[in-house]
Amino acid sequence: MKNRITTLFDSKKKDILSVFYTAGFPKLEDTVSIASHLERAGADIIEIGIPFSDPVADGPTIQASNKVALDNGMTVKKLLAQVKEIRKTVKLPIILMGYLNPVMQYGVEKFVEDAAAAGVDGLILPDMPVYEFEELYKDVFRKHNMCNTFLISPTTSDDRIRRIDGMTEGFIYAVSASSTTGAKKDFSEEQVSYFQKLSALKLKNPILIGFGISDQATFSKASSYGAGAIVGSAFITRLSSSKDLSADISTFVKSLKGK
Amino acid sequence: MKYEVDHRGYYGQFGGAYIPEMLYPNVEELRNNYLNIITDESFQKAFHQLLKDYVGRPTPLFFANRLSEKYKAKIYLKREDLCHTGAHKVNNTIGQILLAQRLGKKKIIAETGAGQHGVATATVCALMGMECVVYMGQVDMERQRPNVERMRILGAKVVPATSGNMTLKDATNEAMRHWINNPSDTHYIIGSVVGPHPYPDMVARFQSVISDEMRKQLTETIGNPFPDYVFACVGGGSNAAGAFYHYLDSEHVNLVGVEAAGKGVSSGESAATTALGKPGVLHGSKTLLMQTEDGQVVEPYSISAGLDYPGIGPIHAHLFDTGRVKFVSATDDEAMNAGIELSRLEGIIPAIESAHAVAVLNQFEFDPDDVVVINLSGRGDKDLETYIRWGKY
Repeated sequence: MKNRITTLFDSKKKDILSVFYTAGFPKLEDTVSIASHLERAGADIIEIGIPFSDPVADGPTIQASNKVALDNGMTVKKLLAQVKEIRKTVKLPIILMGYLNPVMQYGVEKFVEDAAAAGVDGLILPDMPVYEFEELYKDVFRKHNMCNTFLISPTTSDDRIRRIDGMTEGFIYAVSASSTTGAKKDFSEEQVSYFQKLSALKLKNPILIGFGISDQATFSKASSYGAGAIVGSAFITRLSSSKDLSADISTFVKSLKGK
Repeated sequence: MKYEVDHRGYYGQFGGAYIPEMLYPNVEELRNNYLNIITDESFQKAFHQLLKDYVGRPTPLFFANRLSEKYKAKIYLKREDLCHTGAHKVNNTIGQILLAQRLGKKKIIAETGAGQHGVATATVCALMGMECVVYMGQVDMERQRPNVERMRILGAKVVPATSGNMTLKDATNEAMRHWINNPSDTHYIIGSVVGPHPYPDMVARFQSVISDEMRKQLTETIGNPFPDYVFACVGGGSNAAGAFYHYLDSEHVNLVGVEAAGKGVSSGESAATTALGKPGVLHGSKTLLMQTEDGQVVEPYSISAGLDYPGIGPIHAHLFDTGRVKFVSATDDEAMNAGIELSRLEGIIPAIESAHAVAVLNQFEFDPDDVVVINLSGRGDKDLETYIRWGKY
């Protein structure tokens, strides 16, 4: 079977919306229903965070959701079972994103294998060194048809961007600013010129822009420079106060897409 | 050197730089420059001048007569507690602030547990006229109040870390987040031999002045540079790294790291990482880490805020793995008793961290001629309240 991420990027070049949420948040079993609500609402990619006790790259919103999820009893094993459940109905590409340690304790090779079997299409492990992926794990990702995504940031050199591009299958995650995760109001001129530089690099992989995407204005601006954008903290904030996940997710996705 | 970091920042299987991309350029800048800068002659001159005139080095190597009588060995105390600011931490902050200046950085951030590293950082920032922000767990701010005020008097901003257990691990998370958000003009002074490469190596090099002096002082007093034993407490492990550094290749010197067993290694309230940890990744390096089966970091516990950390520096994980350093532990009670004992026998009130190193002497059978050096990493002034609460004196 073809990987759902590469299939998506083959057919859709613009305005791809990837939505991130933390597994096991707000309630342990919400991981499954949020995914199907997102598909119905019109999201393009589902990105599920593996909660970790020490999320150093995350701002307060995602930190808090990690803590709630862990207090709810979320584990890597439970998450993989939930993905199987999601896959009974959901056709969208699914990406798992998390810090390396929980994956390492599970066993990276075994994790890739089991995640692929559960229906996961891609992994983002932001604190896995590029050389470690290249030397130890590239083959196992390939064997299981698993996309891998690295992050790049405004301070990443062009050479390194090209190296990362060469190793990536799927897409590149461009962090919009040197910052931890979190919703912002608008992009600065500096950020816009960074986006312009990225699109001028003509990388082989499409780019999704993340960090600081919170509404229709930031989503469409980010999408105009890449293949689309990733929204996380703003969505989690919405989930935290939601009394009706189905309705709120539908409204949220429509408000981002502006239709 | 056999136990030196390799060119990619590993000690055996431990170390490396496991960091999100947003930190990569900062860490890479350090990695590319730190050796050139710190081995430069003018740097070394400035560093050693400040260690001498400002810190008060060399610190004495004191023969502890009554302690020696009690434990039937020749016990010497390496008096890091006499350093300016009250602990060995300042050796590293002097080195790092000189490095930060040479990298053109304008602002300094740091994490702190007991507050000793925070004070040492605030001190050198005042000395050099640099802006200083120190992250400290809210719980630690309460149990180490005097150090919080010392930092503020020195002009630092102390920011409480309110996530997790609100201790050292959480303060480190917050400092890393600050660095991610302020990548260009800020240097992060990590206080121990933890963090992504090159921090563990860099901090070990700055602290290695401890064992360098020990060699010279022992040569003067006993005629050769080698003790039979070196004892040091290990939280992250900076004072131990410094005390062991120049003896690592001298395999006949027994090196002993003392971890905090808290209420007992198996009590569930402990910080004895080598006993309880498995290889994992935290704060940028692969090391031994106290964690659940699912890879969540376990909240450690020790009466001593400076040892209250769920990992150890990757160099120590490797020294444990290879058996080069023997790791033992002392409980809260044992450490407190040892602190009182040292006070009564030698007139030295040690930091509770350092008291852990004294507390394990009875676990060893020394020959009367054995030369034993205890690295007394800090003084007990900051712990007065804990001693008072303990009360058994």
